[in-house]
Amino acid sequence: MRTTMAPSPASVTRDPAGVLLKGVCFSYPAQRRRMAPVAAIDALSLTIEPGEFVAFVGPSGCGKTTLLELVCGLLAATGGQLESDDAVLMPQRDQLLPWLDALGNAALAQRIQGAGREQARASARPLMQQLGLGGFEHARPYELSGGMRQRVAFLRTLLSGKPVLCLDEPFGALDALTRAEMRDWLVTALVAQPRTTLLVTHDVEEACVLADRVVVLSPRPARVRAVLAVDAPRPRRATDPVVVALRERALEALAA
Amino acid sequence: MMLVLPALIVVGLLAIWEAYARSGAVDDFILPAPTEVVQALVDDGALLWDNFWVTAGEVGLGILAALLVGGLLAIAIHLSAVLRRALYPLLVGSQAVPIVIVAPLLVIWFGFGIVPKLGIIALVCFFPVVVTTLDALAAVDPEQRKLMRTLDATRWQEFRWVEAPAALPGALSGAKIAVAVAVIGAVFAEYAGSSEGLGNVILQATPQLETARAYAAVALLAAFAVLLFSLLSLAERLLVPWARRDTEWSTRR
Repeated sequence: MRTTMAPSPASVTRDPAGVLLKGVCFSYPAQRRRMAPVAAIDALSLTIEPGEFVAFVGPSGCGKTTLLELVCGLLAATGGQLESDDAVLMPQRDQLLPWLDALGNAALAQRIQGAGREQARASARPLMQQLGLGGFEHARPYELSGGMRQRVAFLRTLLSGKPVLCLDEPFGALDALTRAEMRDWLVTALVAQPRTTLLVTHDVEEACVLADRVVVLSPRPARVRAVLAVDAPRPRRATDPVVVALRERALEALAA
Repeated sequence: MMLVLPALIVVGLLAIWEAYARSGAVDDFILPAPTEVVQALVDDGALLWDNFWVTAGEVGLGILAALLVGGLLAIAIHLSAVLRRALYPLLVGSQAVPIVIVAPLLVIWFGFGIVPKLGIIALVCFFPVVVTTLDALAAVDPEQRKLMRTLDATRWQEFRWVEAPAALPGALSGAKIAVAVAVIGAVFAEYAGSSEGLGNVILQATPQLETARAYAAVALLAAFAVLLFSLLSLAERLLVPWARRDTEWSTRR
């Protein structure tokens, strides 16, 4: 459990909290003198229940990545209150380390937590199989396809064991076909390993197919424009009427 | 294939040299013909070989010392802003110290043995290692640092998993520059005071007008530098297989 409260001192909260944002603000400091600080997030309030899957959509550069970095504690809010269970970031682009093989990358979080090499690799191996990466354990990242790299990165994030996953455009760099495949795959993976999930995307359809709720953000500084609940069982298709209708509403909220 | 062009250039130059030396325009103690140099390599083989090993030992150990000192200095400077401010100007300044002045001093202090040679070789070699390693450490992808932070890595773990492997290609580039100057450093050190080594052979051969022998020693030194450079290229290929692939990949994008 990590609590950030600014500018007043941090308050103490108790477990399972999910993610709670109350009037959270963040500004990047001015790059040069006589320039104003850049406000990225403005008074953003939202409660995310434990186990919930929330997708954030918004125009590019609106502060979505900043929001995830705040939740993960990589940045400190400049105002408001943010409480979150321990959260881990899956950064934009996979950030696999080129000097480790696929299994080594997947096991990285556990190595950092102090597990020995063989022990960490042994516990990652069965999950590699499950995610369709069997036989590629010793492949270097540059030998993997884009979709496989994303899966290894996701596995690394999952194996950190943290209850909150922050996924920053995980499928942004993939072609349309692989994207659709990866969506199905993510839904399956989260059924097997349930977590609180925050997904940032600029793809409204992706948000509607995957999330329990879709949060539409305004251009920078990011504010909540609309929160749309998706009442449809998974797995969903992009062509499901519920998804199509919701996509329309989200796009309207974006354009407003 | 890679060596065909340089070989052609060398053969062409040697041919011109041979023709000029044989034309009688110069005395052969001023400019011996390449064939005479080869003859000297054969005739003085035992002498050159014994002294080659002396110089090779100095260069090898000197480079190892430079890699060790340079690597440790780079890491220390990278990790501590105070050390960076304190040491970096001194390191740059150390390269302005004329070796010609330092070498005889070291000989006076440490005698004719291997120690002053190692000192001089390390002095000329550690600088490229420090600079390239530091640059590589500073160039680590900030996104990879962010990844290490979100996985709760300690400062040491960030170094071990991200910074050290990322800096390895830079350190090896520095070592490649270092081997090229290490041989010059060794000859300088032997000039300043020695009883053996190829630099010593050159020093002795010149006043005896055994110019061909001096050239033979130089040829051996040059071949040795090329050999060391190739060994480092091989080490690079084995130790950082990802570096080449990564650049290929990123230029294709």
